[in-house]
Amino acid sequence: MRPISVDTPAFFNRGPSPLARLAFFGLLALVLLFTDTRYRYLENVRHATATVLYPLQRALLMPGAALGYVGDYFGSKRELADENTLLKRELVATGPASQGYALAQRENLRLKALLDLREQYGGAATAVQVLYAGRDPFTQKLFVDKGSNAGIEAGAGVIDETGVVGQVTRVFPRMSEVTLITDRDQAVPVAVERSGARSVMFGNGTGRAPDLRFTAPSADLQVGDRLVTSGIDGTYPPGLAVAEITSVVRDTGQMFARIACKPLAGVDRSEYLLVLARPTSLPPRPEEPTGAGAVRKGIRLKAPPRTR
Amino acid sequence: MRVLLPNVASFAPASPEEILRPARPWFIALSLLLALIANIAPLAGVAMVLRPDFLALVLLYWCIREPRRVGVGVAWFVGLLMDVADATVFGQHALAYAVLAYGAEYFRRRVLRFPLWQQAVQVAVLLVLCALLVLLVRYIGGAPLPQWTYAAPPLVGALLWPLLSVLLQAPQRPQRSRSRR
Repeated sequence: MRPISVDTPAFFNRGPSPLARLAFFGLLALVLLFTDTRYRYLENVRHATATVLYPLQRALLMPGAALGYVGDYFGSKRELADENTLLKRELVATGPASQGYALAQRENLRLKALLDLREQYGGAATAVQVLYAGRDPFTQKLFVDKGSNAGIEAGAGVIDETGVVGQVTRVFPRMSEVTLITDRDQAVPVAVERSGARSVMFGNGTGRAPDLRFTAPSADLQVGDRLVTSGIDGTYPPGLAVAEITSVVRDTGQMFARIACKPLAGVDRSEYLLVLARPTSLPPRPEEPTGAGAVRKGIRLKAPPRTR
Repeated sequence: MRVLLPNVASFAPASPEEILRPARPWFIALSLLLALIANIAPLAGVAMVLRPDFLALVLLYWCIREPRRVGVGVAWFVGLLMDVADATVFGQHALAYAVLAYGAEYFRRRVLRFPLWQQAVQVAVLLVLCALLVLLVRYIGGAPLPQWTYAAPPLVGALLWPLLSVLLQAPQRPQRSRSRR
């Protein structure tokens, strides 16, 4: 007599139990999470998938753009005429100022040449359009429509017409990811326009104002001071507007003053942005000191910052 | 009248006793793709804050209705796609969706016995758990705590559950009107 088979018939066979599957895939996800946050091994996989998803994302933008075109087309003549008069008036109003500016700029150039100062930022820049904002509620990111095909590099600064918006953090072939200056721990080296005092502005995440950390309570800072990039980081050229100080709290019990800022650029509003090419003329890093006078590796916190 | 509105009956929620036809694989794939598109569509302002995780909702539906086709593995893979589209940490959505699929497997036999709005309450619990898991992962990774609006998408998602399940089950309804005649 044939023994009865104890195997599950194929019809009822469902493979491993859901719990076993969960354990396997959960573990795999945890491994991915760990490797991605610690080592960034998986950028190639990310690039490949992003390239596949790109046409989808572009297609999604079409309905909105089409609506925009239709709206523009039907924008009333009256509105256009009003805008025209307004612009003409503004043109006249800014006339004297701009003529004065040209003169001042020429004078400034001559003085700078005399002082053998470095010329102002004249590097290449790429105009980009914002595709969409990242959905992740934990980070502040934008996606723009040009990538490594247009010569954009990771680390490049991004500005709009009023000031610094952020930094390119990831580059795909046809799009790039920009981390905004309001993102958590995104740092911008700044200087106070009025006094020249240097500091570093750190973002604090969604809905929270960026602040200047590690600034002595005695530092020369006032509410309303404009902060511009100091240029010592080699990422942002000096002199770009960044933020305005909105509050200064000097608590004698604390080591540092608490200084909140408001970004000047339309960090979450601008549609067109400019990606600045990274400055190329950085001097090489100084040699690490060696010998008896060297700092012991164990207690050294960080490499000295690059200087121009 | 029947000629004018041929399919109204198929949009009423199915009773628990009704046997649905098996879903076609391409319909499952298409619904997942549309959900992914809805997730990454560019929105701004209130719509962006309130947008539920459509992909999680659709996955949940298929995990309950078609557990032999869509399970933990599919959920995990779709989560990876979402991670890339969102530029979040690799594995974050994958983990959340895998847990979601397991939760669906755990309660799928009884959830369909309830009326749609009571199903929505149970779905809300799963979606909130899913969101809390993502929060935990990100918090351990050093991200700041998000604002209170973080709680909105799972709840909006649960409110959409009745509508979504009626839409997704419509193609699987047997065409009763024809057989009766």
